[in-house]
Amino acid sequence: MPAGIGSALVVEGLSAQRHQSRDAAGVSSGSVELRNLDLTSLLPVLLSVPLAGALLSAFLPANARNAEAWLAGGVAMIGLLIVVSFYPQISAGTVVEFSVPWMTQFGLDFSLRMDGFAWMFALLITGIGVLVVIYARYYMSPEDPVPRFFSFLLAFMTSMLGVVLSGNLIQIVFFWELTSLFSFLLIGYWHHNAAAREGARTSLLVTGGGGLCLLGGVLILGHIVGSYELSAVLAAGDQIRAHPYYLAALILVLMGVFTKSAQFPFHFWLPHAMAAPTPVSSYLHSATMVKAGVFLLARLWPALAGTEAWFWLVTMTGLCTLLIGAWIAIFQQDVKGLLAYSTISHLGLITLLLGLNSPMAAVAGVFHIMNHATFKASLFMGAGIIDHESGTRDIRLLRGMRHLMPVTALLVMVASAAMAGVPLLNGFLSKEMFFAETVHMTEAFNAPVWLPLAATVGGAFSVAYSLRFVHGVFFGTPATDLPRQPHEPPRWMRFPIEFLVLVCLLVGILPALTVGPLLDVAAHGVLGEATPEFSLAVWHGFNRALLMSVIALIGGVALYMLLRNYLDSGIDGPPLTRSLQGKRFFDQFLVLLSWRVARPLSEWLGTRYLQSQLRAALIFTVVLVLMVLAGRAPALQPVGDFDYRFALLWLVGGIGAVACAWQAKYHRLAALALLGVAGLCTCLTFVWLAAPDLALTQLLVEIVTTVLILLGLRWLPKRIASPDERATWRDRLRRGRDLLLALASGGAMALIAWVMMTTAAPEAISSFFLKNAYSQGGGTNVVNVILVDFRGFDTFGEITVLGIVALTVYALLRRFRPAPESREQPRLQRLQAAEERECGLPSGIMHDANMTIASVTTGLLFPIIGAVALYLFLRGHNLPGGGFVAGLTLSIAFVLQYMTHGARWVEAQMRVNATLWITAGLFTALLTGMGAWLLGYPFLTSHTRYVAVPLLGDIPLATALFFDLGVFLAVVGTTLLILIALAHQSLRARHSTED
Amino acid sequence: MEIVLALAIGILTGSGIWLLLRPRTFQVIVGLALLSYAVNLFIVASGRLGGALAPVIDKAGEVPLDSYADPLPQALVLTAIVISFATTALLLVVLLTARGLSGTDHVDGREHRR
Repeated sequence: MPAGIGSALVVEGLSAQRHQSRDAAGVSSGSVELRNLDLTSLLPVLLSVPLAGALLSAFLPANARNAEAWLAGGVAMIGLLIVVSFYPQISAGTVVEFSVPWMTQFGLDFSLRMDGFAWMFALLITGIGVLVVIYARYYMSPEDPVPRFFSFLLAFMTSMLGVVLSGNLIQIVFFWELTSLFSFLLIGYWHHNAAAREGARTSLLVTGGGGLCLLGGVLILGHIVGSYELSAVLAAGDQIRAHPYYLAALILVLMGVFTKSAQFPFHFWLPHAMAAPTPVSSYLHSATMVKAGVFLLARLWPALAGTEAWFWLVTMTGLCTLLIGAWIAIFQQDVKGLLAYSTISHLGLITLLLGLNSPMAAVAGVFHIMNHATFKASLFMGAGIIDHESGTRDIRLLRGMRHLMPVTALLVMVASAAMAGVPLLNGFLSKEMFFAETVHMTEAFNAPVWLPLAATVGGAFSVAYSLRFVHGVFFGTPATDLPRQPHEPPRWMRFPIEFLVLVCLLVGILPALTVGPLLDVAAHGVLGEATPEFSLAVWHGFNRALLMSVIALIGGVALYMLLRNYLDSGIDGPPLTRSLQGKRFFDQFLVLLSWRVARPLSEWLGTRYLQSQLRAALIFTVVLVLMVLAGRAPALQPVGDFDYRFALLWLVGGIGAVACAWQAKYHRLAALALLGVAGLCTCLTFVWLAAPDLALTQLLVEIVTTVLILLGLRWLPKRIASPDERATWRDRLRRGRDLLLALASGGAMALIAWVMMTTAAPEAISSFFLKNAYSQGGGTNVVNVILVDFRGFDTFGEITVLGIVALTVYALLRRFRPAPESREQPRLQRLQAAEERECGLPSGIMHDANMTIASVTTGLLFPIIGAVALYLFLRGHNLPGGGFVAGLTLSIAFVLQYMTHGARWVEAQMRVNATLWITAGLFTALLTGMGAWLLGYPFLTSHTRYVAVPLLGDIPLATALFFDLGVFLAVVGTTLLILIALAHQSLRARHSTED
Repeated sequence: MEIVLALAIGILTGSGIWLLLRPRTFQVIVGLALLSYAVNLFIVASGRLGGALAPVIDKAGEVPLDSYADPLPQALVLTAIVISFATTALLLVVLLTARGLSGTDHVDGREHRR
């Protein structure tokens, strides 16, 4: 992408210039400006560091667990430091923007944009990234191929940073899809595991499908606003909401958001994504990727929110997800399953908050994004430790773990309390803001009365599942029947959890001091001027939100007590609705789509039969041609007179063609001869049409093709018409139909040809070649000059194709297994061999005797044909001839020797290394072309000079001659390689029969 | 003149298409050869047909340019002829290999009655 890089330099250059001019003006804050400008260029660095890390770590050795961890951790750390270094600027309210012009005419630039909200997310991505890498170092077992893991993880980090930092909607969708892709790869990391593959596929289908909807929505938004730039879209909120396409755009964008953030009814992919390694669940499926949905919801809040449709769609989806997710979470027997459904529920909570159309609720939503990321990431890591140390994640098996790993137990309990919304922990603060907001909305904006009620119920559910998690796993008598004897994990494996739990506590106890400024920055990023004043405090006095929290806590404990009997019964899933699983419906839908619908459709519309496909294509083409021709009456003007000799020629040629078609089934040799008749008539027609080069080439190709097919016929078992085989009426019908189609195609082709020839030809580029062939190409044979000079590059491609085809033929024949029917020697050879044995003659003498005259003649002819080839080659630039013709001629000289002397004799006399000829030809042509570079001209520029040689006169010594030499060598090599490879099959066959 | 050439192209095409629709691979190869004659003739015919002289120009430049045949389609067709030899060879070898592997010379790689 040289253009892009160039533009980047231009941007850099411009900013540097601007900075210089400010310095020159003596602005006192020059040093501050300098720092800011330097930081802007750090934005693309932030994105490219993890990308480079991903590429690098893919190539480390498979067992380099420590090196991988150091690399990934280092990369994440650098990212974190870069993000932190932006803080002074971001907290001052600046939006850092970086842009490289790309496809400006389509409104597409590569643009990065960091405001407070994006900054907060970048902080989460890089910060939790560091912790997850440390954790993963200890979690991954030495047998796992870690380069793949860390490479994907860093690539995911790049894509996620891309989502939050993109300043362009299309670019967001691009990175959005990349996150889906890397999530797919990471879920399927243990691809020997069927559940992992299945989970990966489901998540890709759901989130990828949502991504397509999002793209549609974004395109509509871009259409409404007239720009895909995020800043422009965010500023055009009123215009978007008033537009008739608003609802369509909204629904499409929400489809993307809801699938990504696992909102009901698309939530089912997330529990199945738990087949991923736990660091992935912790990082992608709780802290970052699933937050991409709510990120976008918040990001587009100024542009899309504020309408009835937004309120109902977003709030109701969020509420359903909150309640359903929390309810199902209570009944999970798998620790990670419980956490997954809890994640779904919390994402529903955030969605609900963003749907309320209230800035204060949006602040609460942003706050909960941060809180949830901290406590849920630590909980997943805790669950991973339990799994890692004890060998199971099943709550039914796990008991009394607090005795076996007391420190981990304490940490997980604190994090669970945060999840439940217990005071003095961060989860409590955002949950209380949520409760307060539902009450406020009901009182001030006529929101439904059941909203606070439902919120309280959701709160109670989350208390219940948190309680179940903690009580079920850590309390009771220690389990003795676990797969492994659990103990505390390594020191540094626990460190990430310790750190995150510390954050939970600090934020929960001293919110205004710790998280207050960060939340303020993030909220300003979302809401801008509309950011409300909010106070973060543990104690807001006795109010309704506190009452709701208390009710939720007590209700949750009571609910857990009530459900204990059911939960102890060991049934997986909630009562009554256990069979209602989203995944099952999804699978049924997939089967319906890809099997029940697609199969009959493909059977009905498609065919496996080659002939039917050809017929369909032909009918379509003929109809098309007739439709085009019917629409116009061309001005017809015959040019030449009717010539009876020409008509007679084609009477013969036509009979030849038709007879060839007639005989090709049972009489292949006759068909081949008749094909030759048509070919010779074509050759003569080229003479008639003043195309001597073509006539020559056609004649020679005719010869080599005949030899080729003759060689091939040896290996094609004879097809003999059986007398009792009678054509059924279906056969007749099919033949009749094909005959009609052949007649129609032939007729259509004749019609087009006639119309074309009798319509006055427009002045085209041909006269250019006629005018300039001699003056610029230095040759009078215009066809040759076109081939080796004007269109030399095409010819170079053509001889390359020839070489490729020859090598392919050679490769196919190396392992050639002939049909069983044609393995034995031909009849004549068998008879001769029998005769020789009978008369006591040396083997092969009869064959040699038969060919004596022919072989002597062709032996004498070899130098003569060679001389002719040389002559044709040398004169090619000025008279009919040239590399192609000469090459074919020389190869015929060789083939004649093979035919009359036999391959063994020829190869005993000389070694024909055909691949070497091809190589030499291609290199000669290539080097001739590159020679022009030395003189500063483009590839294949030719130079012409006439050199006077004694006896011969002026010889054109154009560089094109060397190019033509390349063509010549390549053509000889190709023809010989193909024919010799085929001819050698009979030698091989003889070896195998002799063995 | 034009009508004869047009008919020749038509006959070559028709015979070629007929063979192309046949079930046996050898028929298809021969059909393609016939079709390539038709197409090559068609391309040459698409040029200016008036010129009676081969496009080997007079150095002195005394002959008017429009009395030469059109060189461009000729250059196109020249390489097409050589390439068609190569593709015929490739197809033939594929055919022979397929015949050896599948035991049939049907274009679908297996016999079937419909």
